[in-house]
Amino acid sequence: MKLGKLLHQSKVLFLAATSLVLLAGCGRSQYVVLDPAGPVAQKQYDLIILSVILLAVFIIPVLIFFAYVVFRYRDKPGNRAMFKPEWDDNKTLEVIWWSIPILVIGILSFFTVRDTFALSEPPSKEGKPMTIQVTSLDWKWLFLYPEQGIATVNYVKIPTNTAVNFELTTDAPINSFWVPQLGGQKYTLPGKVLNLWLQADKEGSYYGTANNFSGEGFTEMKFQVIAEPKQRFDKWIEQIKETSPELTLKDYAVLRKPGLVEKQQYSSFPPNLFNDILDKNGGQYYKSIQTKEQTSIRQN
Amino acid sequence: MFENIKKFASEFFVTGNSLIYAADVSIVLTSLVIVFVLTYYKKWGWLWREWLTTVDHKKIGIMYLISALLMLFRGGVDALLMRTQLAFPNMELLNSEHYNQIFTTHGTIMILFMAMPLMFALFNLVVPLQIGARDVAYPFLNAVSFWLFFFGAMLFNLSFVIGGSPDAGWLSYPPLSENNFSPGPGQNFYIWGIQISGIGSLATGINFFVTILKMRAPGMSLMKMPLFSWSVLSSCIIILFAFPILTVTLGLLFVDRFFGAHFFTLDGGGNPMYYINLIWMWGHPEVYLVVLPAFGVFSEVVSTFTKKRIFGYKSMVFALVSISILSFFTWVHHFFTMAGTTADAFFAVTTMAVAIPTGVKVFNWLFTMFRGRIQMKTPMLWTIAFIPTFLVGGATGVMLAVAPADFQYHNNYFLIAHFHQVLIGGVVFGFFAGIYYWWPKVFGFTLNEHLGKWAFWLWNIGFYTTFMPQYALGFMGMPRRSYTYGWDMGWWPLNFVSTVGAFLMGAGFIFQVWQILYSIKHRDNLRDLTGDPWDGRTLEWSIPSPAPVYNFAVIPRVEVRDDWWYKKQKGVHKKIGAKARNYKSIHMPKDSGIPFIMGLFWFVAGFGFTFEWVWVGVSGLIGVAVSMLARYFQQHTDYYISAEQVEATEALIGGAKG
Repeated sequence: MKLGKLLHQSKVLFLAATSLVLLAGCGRSQYVVLDPAGPVAQKQYDLIILSVILLAVFIIPVLIFFAYVVFRYRDKPGNRAMFKPEWDDNKTLEVIWWSIPILVIGILSFFTVRDTFALSEPPSKEGKPMTIQVTSLDWKWLFLYPEQGIATVNYVKIPTNTAVNFELTTDAPINSFWVPQLGGQKYTLPGKVLNLWLQADKEGSYYGTANNFSGEGFTEMKFQVIAEPKQRFDKWIEQIKETSPELTLKDYAVLRKPGLVEKQQYSSFPPNLFNDILDKNGGQYYKSIQTKEQTSIRQN
Repeated sequence: MFENIKKFASEFFVTGNSLIYAADVSIVLTSLVIVFVLTYYKKWGWLWREWLTTVDHKKIGIMYLISALLMLFRGGVDALLMRTQLAFPNMELLNSEHYNQIFTTHGTIMILFMAMPLMFALFNLVVPLQIGARDVAYPFLNAVSFWLFFFGAMLFNLSFVIGGSPDAGWLSYPPLSENNFSPGPGQNFYIWGIQISGIGSLATGINFFVTILKMRAPGMSLMKMPLFSWSVLSSCIIILFAFPILTVTLGLLFVDRFFGAHFFTLDGGGNPMYYINLIWMWGHPEVYLVVLPAFGVFSEVVSTFTKKRIFGYKSMVFALVSISILSFFTWVHHFFTMAGTTADAFFAVTTMAVAIPTGVKVFNWLFTMFRGRIQMKTPMLWTIAFIPTFLVGGATGVMLAVAPADFQYHNNYFLIAHFHQVLIGGVVFGFFAGIYYWWPKVFGFTLNEHLGKWAFWLWNIGFYTTFMPQYALGFMGMPRRSYTYGWDMGWWPLNFVSTVGAFLMGAGFIFQVWQILYSIKHRDNLRDLTGDPWDGRTLEWSIPSPAPVYNFAVIPRVEVRDDWWYKKQKGVHKKIGAKARNYKSIHMPKDSGIPFIMGLFWFVAGFGFTFEWVWVGVSGLIGVAVSMLARYFQQHTDYYISAEQVEATEALIGGAKG
């Protein structure tokens, strides 16, 4: 095997791969994870970039050294590089390469732990946060607005510059609720509420998707998150209240059946619907913990 | 009557898909050809005596190897079907249901029925030879392990044509995998196929743990043991603690489904999160236990093909053992998006900590090459390809461990790219290196290097072409397990490139099959007459290739690490080889048909419970109990090879030199 050829081929390969990756997406907008539109996604984006830089600083010199070693010490007649077959121990070197990864991991751990705790808090302190209750169904998303009293299916509108507390559960298999441009995802678990704070600083329509496999219609479980200034958002609420039908328990029973539906909106929903969904899925076994969590979040 | 049969058959057999009909036909034809060949050449007796009843670790290793390669083919076809479906938006090759079955079987087969048996193949083929033993500690149990794996795998694969395949993902989270959402035999095939082979895996773990601790040649202290054996020991430690968890978890899921219990559903006080925790308490250690032996292979290969002692042996041992311990403290990173804040922080740090010993190992491999002489033989090529692949794969692993960032990577193609990069770049490359390295020891001839290099390049180019675009797809928000996507998402160019790469890897596999067949045909030119084709360092190279049934005519006395290398340096082996040796009779285990029959009964039991035909299941279990009793009352389970016979054999095969 010619080593020059090996190096050349890997270089060509690398260039081809990079250019394909770059060509394939027409600009950053398609890379939704790298295009944050709110403080949560921004914080996660910063961490992604930080980890890439830290790791690159570690990996790239090692890769270069690796290429050098493979080239320099290949077994070829006339290769005059040093050959020390019995050399197998060097305390200084060992100490160095135990400490380098420890250092890299140490720094990264610090930022990880800091942001893990930071992201469990509401993203902005100013303004009143709002709550939206999310239920994943087979195979659609139901959004309830407990404060406004309306409900939507497969799309959700939120006001910009407002921290939104998404309370997630499921009335179907476990799923995951993900809006890449606004921030990461959380699972929807039966009988239990998990909280996900998201906030949009920019107006726009954001791609949301189911992200944990839940059966036949999983792939089609996409939804839209539309962020609008507060005034337009309020107007939209009013409009829905005036023009849309109610969501009755009967409607919900139909909605719950496995299948796909278009976007829907409802002017009202049975007041206890979310709690009933939780209880039906065994929420009573969680009750004591959940009430505590809910109160602490509401206080925030 | 006829109507009833027709109705039964339409539910029993998988119908309605031309791909499956084609598979049905090819399965029937292949079986007929095998039966015909065996009958025509009167080979049934040979098959039974030489293979089905054997307790010889070398033959069991070969059977593991063949099964694993067949499963690699099956899992690979699954992968190609998925990639073809995703090559263009809105493809209609597979519908959602079919796609879901295929990604479930692909994952399950590749981890449990490909990587595991390939690893056990290397355990069996190498460990006893490397530590100077005549067999494993429990040869009979070893055969039981193999047949449990084999029949478990057969049961799982049967779901393809009978009853329908499982479709709830390779770890089958409840409630999706419970009766409400996945009724019918598919999910039962999953439970029983894995359960039966899992018991075999646990037994193998125990077997090699004891073998390595108790059966090393005199003088071989643990710190003189080759690193591959060390990696197997570390891997066995993980098996011992992890596999019981799997057995219990699947057992509980079965009780839920069969008896209507509520271990994993909230409506009776259970909880699906119990399952998710338990399955990952097994699942994460599982992926480390398959990669550790690959690390062991790289250590042997690097040392042999650079003609140099392994650098930092003690560090390497310490790293292996610490990875096997750390592997039990990372499982929550599979569901950061479900756990609490404190748990996330804790498990993020423990996960990143794994990178420390792994990084150290990379440095030690690098410094073994440094100031060595690198021979570019196929085992070494795979090792060289492994290092950059694993470095980058490890780095993306650390990225995933950054919990808040993981909220953006979880369950999308970034994750898919990462774990394929470490599992293919680490485990598959490692086991390939191992197969190429020890092939001459097992079969007595080397593999054609030229075809091997073709396979190597196709695999590597294919690998990068497949998985680099998938990282980008993750950033574009493509969820794993999507069976299709629209033109509007902008995902298709990268998906198309990825599909091309998958087919390149497929071509690489075909080249490997060709390489093996070609080398078998030309084996006379490729014969390894020395027993030591690579100028090796460890004990397995001191005996003829292939090794005689008793491995070592005289058990060697080990003085230093890389004992065989230094014996060669001093010329000791020639002196001993020259004079006639004082052979003694050798105590060996007798072959037995019971492991095969017991495996068959397990298959019957699993099949019965899969279709909830209780009487079939129970009679299978009774059969298992009867086979155990039969073994219990067996008297003559061993025999002696006489000294004269050993002498005759040694004269014939050129004799041991060590």
